[in-house]
Amino acid sequence: MQTPKRANDYLLHIEDLYKSYGNKLILDNIDLSVTSGELCTVVGPSGCGKSTLLRIILGQEAQDRGHIHIDGKPADFPDTRRGIVYQRYSLFPNLTVLDNTLLGFNLRHNWWQRRRQRKQFEQQALHYLSRVRLEEHAGKYPHELSGGMQQRAAIAQALIMRPRILLMDEPFGALDPQTREDMQLFLLELWEQEKMTIFFVTHDLEEAAYLGTRIFVLSRFYSDERGHDEQQRGAKIVADHHLPQVASASDIKKQPAFIELLESIRRAGFDPDVLQHAREFNLQHPDAFQTLTDSETGIDKI
Amino acid sequence: MRKPPLLLGLHARPGKYLKWLLAAVPFILVAVIYVTAAHIRHAENPRDKLLPTPTALSQSVHKLAFSANKRTGEYMLWSDTAASLKRLFSGIILAAIAGLLLGLNLGLFPGFNAVFYSFLTFFSMIPPLAILPILFIVVGIDEAAKITLIFIGVFPLIARDTYLAVKSLPQEQVTKAITLGASQLDVVYRVILPQIMPRLINSVRLSLGAAWLFLIAAEAIAAADGLGYRIFLVRRYLAMDIILPYVLWITLLGFCFDWLLRQLNNRLFRWYQA
Repeated sequence: MQTPKRANDYLLHIEDLYKSYGNKLILDNIDLSVTSGELCTVVGPSGCGKSTLLRIILGQEAQDRGHIHIDGKPADFPDTRRGIVYQRYSLFPNLTVLDNTLLGFNLRHNWWQRRRQRKQFEQQALHYLSRVRLEEHAGKYPHELSGGMQQRAAIAQALIMRPRILLMDEPFGALDPQTREDMQLFLLELWEQEKMTIFFVTHDLEEAAYLGTRIFVLSRFYSDERGHDEQQRGAKIVADHHLPQVASASDIKKQPAFIELLESIRRAGFDPDVLQHAREFNLQHPDAFQTLTDSETGIDKI
Repeated sequence: MRKPPLLLGLHARPGKYLKWLLAAVPFILVAVIYVTAAHIRHAENPRDKLLPTPTALSQSVHKLAFSANKRTGEYMLWSDTAASLKRLFSGIILAAIAGLLLGLNLGLFPGFNAVFYSFLTFFSMIPPLAILPILFIVVGIDEAAKITLIFIGVFPLIARDTYLAVKSLPQEQVTKAITLGASQLDVVYRVILPQIMPRLINSVRLSLGAAWLFLIAAEAIAAADGLGYRIFLVRRYLAMDIILPYVLWITLLGFCFDWLLRQLNNRLFRWYQA
């Protein structure tokens, strides 16, 4: 038998994570671990705490309790191990697309190094810009670009620094459906070429299932042994599916297996009337684990 | 659609040349009223000093600006202007630098903010003119006092405006810059500062009016030259033929600086215009 993996073997490992705003518990005992190279998507009803989870992983917010490790080291404040693409505000409005892409280089090198290696940096930046099909717009400012182009530039800006894990917070949320589909295809392509690890938060179930090799469903619609007080309960990962990576053609969206998957996720995470018990979550992904407390399982009442 | 009206109503679309013409109308109107009033007063009393005629004014301007003082060899208007502008620029440049640095740090560092924010708000409520006597006592009546007054007068406004500008930037930018490898100082001076510069120029533009006010006030009270000094000196002789050109000149200077700064903003910060 294979030896079970330990926290250090995972790229991202989260255990017993809690977060509340005021009296309201948002994240309730979240456990998850991610191996390198996966495209994880997190989906859930709006307001369930997906973005909060992402901001905590990023280090922009602090958890109340629990551990987050990246490559076996505590996550702590934001650093270069994590890249981020937001829905908005990822680009700096005062820099051209090229300068935005170069920013990581410029920030990591002193004046003298920048002078000497400028050509080399620029070449690399232009290479990345051509990867996101923006090389012709390198001299433009962000406000001169369309929404999809801005997001592509933001992806190039984050990618070029080769973060261990790229966090994306609804990156395509503000785009029109056609652009959105283009961007999804584009992201899959890029992910396959670059072999990156991506943690992708979205409220769009179809997008999550289509993009991910692994999908987390975050939801507060579940039951456990703590009684029926909704206020005391926050969102948990109610399902964790391994998705066989399929050809990145968008006709998969019409296949019965895909539609069935969406249905099962919708029942598990999005339907307030269907309450699965915490012991019965569909956590079939090999890396999935769950540490329920005694009060959640009801052991303490026996 | 109907043709939009030229001048009146929400839908008005005055043409390019009409706009220029319309902008000139209030100026022309004031000039006409002045000339008429001067004419009427001079018809009653040829030696009237209150509203000098255009001829008297132009003679006075000629004397002030283009003929050297027999004793000192100086051209009065220019030497006064030079003295005043030196004070004005010293004060406002110092205030801009200090305001920028303070506002940046207040906006970005919560600890710094906790210590200084309330104090700055309190300090900014001090009427600068009320402490002018203190300045004269402490730093003396020479240049330093006047520059300090301008500094104290405009620096809180610039600092607070910079602070607000920093605060209005999304926190995401700070996080983003750090994930790209920025140190804390990089965030302040290489990521946020360049984005604040156009706003700083705009707040300098808005502070110019106040800066002039404090300059004239300080010069009126204790100075040996300068535009404000001259105006208050010749007030004793009811010399409207000097006061009026000086006031017009100060106004024109202020207008030009404002225009220059606006051009500077448009040239340097193309991204800010969006």
